[in-house]
Amino acid sequence: MSGILETDSERLFAALRTVLAAKNIASADEIAERIAVTDAGSPAQGARMVARAWVDPAYRAQMLADGTRAAEALGIPMRGAPPLGVLENAEGLHHLVVCTLCSCYPRAVLGYPPFWFKSAAYRARAVRDPRGLLAEFGTELPPGTRIRVVDSTADYRWMVLPLRPPGTEGWPEDRLAALVHEGDMIGITLVHV
Amino acid sequence: MHDLGGVSRFMCEPVDPSPHALTDFDKQVDALRQVLGMKGIMSVDELRRGIEAIPEADYHRLGYYQRWVRSIAGNLLANGVVSEAELRAALDAA
Amino acid sequence: MFAPGTRVRVRDDWPETRGPVHLRTPHYLRGRTGTVERHLGDFPNPEDLAFRRPAPRLPLYHVRFDQSPIWPEGAPGDEVLVELFGPWLEAA
Repeated sequence: MSGILETDSERLFAALRTVLAAKNIASADEIAERIAVTDAGSPAQGARMVARAWVDPAYRAQMLADGTRAAEALGIPMRGAPPLGVLENAEGLHHLVVCTLCSCYPRAVLGYPPFWFKSAAYRARAVRDPRGLLAEFGTELPPGTRIRVVDSTADYRWMVLPLRPPGTEGWPEDRLAALVHEGDMIGITLVHV
Repeated sequence: MHDLGGVSRFMCEPVDPSPHALTDFDKQVDALRQVLGMKGIMSVDELRRGIEAIPEADYHRLGYYQRWVRSIAGNLLANGVVSEAELRAALDAA
Repeated sequence: MFAPGTRVRVRDDWPETRGPVHLRTPHYLRGRTGTVERHLGDFPNPEDLAFRRPAPRLPLYHVRFDQSPIWPEGAPGDEVLVELFGPWLEAA
């Protein structure tokens, strides 16, 4: 059996798909449907949640208590997705999310994980040298800020609720959401105007 | 090897922040994993165990989703969901 | 059950040295002492799910650790927050 597992991955995968389709285990339509659902997850979804939390204290409270329900409240499909937890940055406290064991990521609200999030260097360094890593990404925390690294090891998926940047008072939600990028919700970058 | 938190050999390795778009192959492998999970045929935990069991030399040679294919195929063969003969026939017919 | 604020120690156990396993307790926390942040719910044991064994639901906790005792690089005040299953924890 070890022999066949060493077949070129693309050929082996094509053969698997043929056999699984013939057995009615996984059809081409079912695979296309999951691709469509997964492609619908994107950082724009998480950014909508962040912007809403910045303008609506009740929504912010719900998001911190139950991220899954907060996502659903904005029409983001969460059925079948792992529970979503949201951790809030504050003055003096910054969160950084990593999965040291694999590449757990809140895909329903942020999409596919970026390549660097899955890299061995990020997974090794985030827990041990978060300050060096943030500096490498050009992120400067205010002096005295403590860092809380979140190692995503089990059933939850974690996203960060970043701090709202100064100078955005009175902005509408969609304009706020456009400021929020993938890295801000992982905690590797800060939201800037 | 997969339990990477703080592992010294990576501490001086810079993180490459450049974006890498997923290929069709990547997305299809990801989607197949989801279908198998939803149908109770293979859990994400079984996928991970299979990836962790890949010998180290192969692990570093294979790309991210290539490891998934190896784990998925290994799991489905071990559990009798597909047989080696069926896979060989499909490989030969391709 | 561990209440929020309870000091807990992660068992200094290395099942990976005894045979094939699938673990969700990172190596760098074995034997370390932290503080329970909260109970996140009960989930089927991934150590069993990985081998298609019957998987009892176990309490999952968010546990906070100071970084400085774990790593030489750890800055005072910096922490790591990790999901850990009840059987890996003992009262410290």
